[in-house]
Amino acid sequence: MTRIQYNKSINQTLRQLMKKDDRVFLIGQGITSPWYVGCTTTGLLSEFGSNRVIDTPVSENGITGVAIGAALAGMRPVLLFPRMDFMHYAMDQLINHAGSWHYMFGGQLNVPLTVWTIINRGGEQAAQHSQSLQAMFTHIPGLKVVMPSSAYDAKGLLNSAVEDDGPVIYIDDRWLYESEDDVPEELFNVPIGEGALRRNGKDVTIAATSYMVGEVIKAADSLADEGIETEVIDMRSVKPLDKDILINSVKKTGRFIVVDASWPSSGIGAEVSSIVGNEAFKYLKTPIMRVSLPDSPAPASSSLEGVYYPTSKTIISKIRELVS
Amino acid sequence: MTERTEHLSSNELRTMYKSMLRIRLFEEKVGDLVRKNEIICPCHLYIGQEAIATGVCAALRTDDYVFSTHRSHGHYIAKGCNLDALMAELYGKVTGCSKGRGGSMHLSFPEMGFIGSSAIVAGSIPLAVGAALSFSIRKTDNVSVAFFGDGATNEGVWYESLNFAALKKLPIVFVCENNLYSTHVHISDHLADTDIRKKAEIFRIPGIQVDGNDVTEVFKVAKKAVDTARQGEGPTLIECMTYRWRGHVGPNDDLNTGLRSKEELAFWKEKGPIKRLEKKLLGNHFLSKSEMLSIRSEIEKEVAESLKFAKNSPFPQEESLLDYVFKVS
Repeated sequence: MTRIQYNKSINQTLRQLMKKDDRVFLIGQGITSPWYVGCTTTGLLSEFGSNRVIDTPVSENGITGVAIGAALAGMRPVLLFPRMDFMHYAMDQLINHAGSWHYMFGGQLNVPLTVWTIINRGGEQAAQHSQSLQAMFTHIPGLKVVMPSSAYDAKGLLNSAVEDDGPVIYIDDRWLYESEDDVPEELFNVPIGEGALRRNGKDVTIAATSYMVGEVIKAADSLADEGIETEVIDMRSVKPLDKDILINSVKKTGRFIVVDASWPSSGIGAEVSSIVGNEAFKYLKTPIMRVSLPDSPAPASSSLEGVYYPTSKTIISKIRELVS
Repeated sequence: MTERTEHLSSNELRTMYKSMLRIRLFEEKVGDLVRKNEIICPCHLYIGQEAIATGVCAALRTDDYVFSTHRSHGHYIAKGCNLDALMAELYGKVTGCSKGRGGSMHLSFPEMGFIGSSAIVAGSIPLAVGAALSFSIRKTDNVSVAFFGDGATNEGVWYESLNFAALKKLPIVFVCENNLYSTHVHISDHLADTDIRKKAEIFRIPGIQVDGNDVTEVFKVAKKAVDTARQGEGPTLIECMTYRWRGHVGPNDDLNTGLRSKEELAFWKEKGPIKRLEKKLLGNHFLSKSEMLSIRSEIEKEVAESLKFAKNSPFPQEESLLDYVFKVS
């Protein structure tokens, strides 16, 4: 184990994957840029050459199709979208092609594609450079969606995504890039579809994704001083979901809050609430609560961003509402 | 056989004739079956365009890749894929080439290099470029082909794909089948400049227009483009001028709908690709009338066999509905 920054963990993982498997290559906008993707790709071009580290024209749909076509021909591309917002251009290829191909042709050919993308929240990036679109992808059959919250899980999930035989949307939050964690030097897997228990508690269960896991832990620590014990679950994979870990926790606590920093309508929170409501109804002592972004595009001004993005404070007040 | 015409031996021409006739007779049968509601899935028939799939695929090796469109039967047959599995797919049977999950618009037969067909206009073009990219990364000498219609050249992804393929000099051939109609819209009503071939110039790749109803011409142009791609010299855009005899989808000819005139259809039928090749084969004494008839009856038998196979095959089991959403490793 080495203490390592999240972005360095990605860089290390990509290097190891490309060394290990010559079917793996990187393609996308900003791959060779010194700043565009938070130093995650530093040194890869000089090590592997422009044949396998391919910066591309701004042709999101076309390049996504190219990555899918290469996957169909036996490669394992890692396709980068440096801002999640740019993925809207590529929806046809992601949904109609990557998500459907294996099913549509009776399982003859699969699409071992990793779509690596970054939520570029905050920093006055405004409505078109900050979106969190995980829910849209969980809606699509055939796609898996993972969201690490630590440098450790970034490595394990990215490795699992690349090794997966189908298309996986792997989502980073850029606010995690400077966080540190103990990470094994060698490649390892965090299985897709397994959540992780981050904190034990008896009063309320909170399931969270990505950057919000840290905010939830902060909230839980602060409420522990008041005698409220919060159980924290890091979902890690939003499709497929680890239902068991959620339901088992709710059986114990009887209260449930889901925290995901994307829009509320038909979102991750809605899906998870429905599952917990259906499968753990008799254990619930209070209604299920959601913490999400407001149903609005992101504002630019920092003063508005301050109220737009939920924090540990938002979560604390939700927990108090529920436990009081 | 040593006789050759326009660089094609009589054997090669006969093989092409068989391929074109196989497509024609298969499609005519499918049209009848759609009329009788025997086949339910939407079928976009290839009748009239047979020389293009045949001429291009004749220039390819089995391990070269073909990507197709909603009008995919002709490409599938010309690439040498199994006829029984095609008919069974149209019947929604589990023995179909896509196990009853795809229908007419989603055919695949990887062992013959037919990777698949997309029903999103221009959707499979970047996939073909991606396959070419993988050949280039792995330094193999395979070639990828993207078939598409004139309508697809209106899609942004068409430009994105040609630009990237040209930029990286990828081993791909772009084959535009210009049949003058994008669904019900005439080309003059959907393209500001109908000279599709010329658009190659903006990507600095060769753009060649060819009579798409002349299989020997299509073959010659395709062969050169495929060789160029194989030698690492980059893509070519081929615009094949042709005409579909039936409507956009289904067996009808669209005459009663006022979408086109009787004269226009008659003009193109006169220029039809099979008639044209038959004339050439007879003129060169490569085939006699009676040999042609026996080829025809042989293919009719193949088509009848495929129909029998399809009808006798089981439907997919209901419990298999969710199979293949994800690959189970």
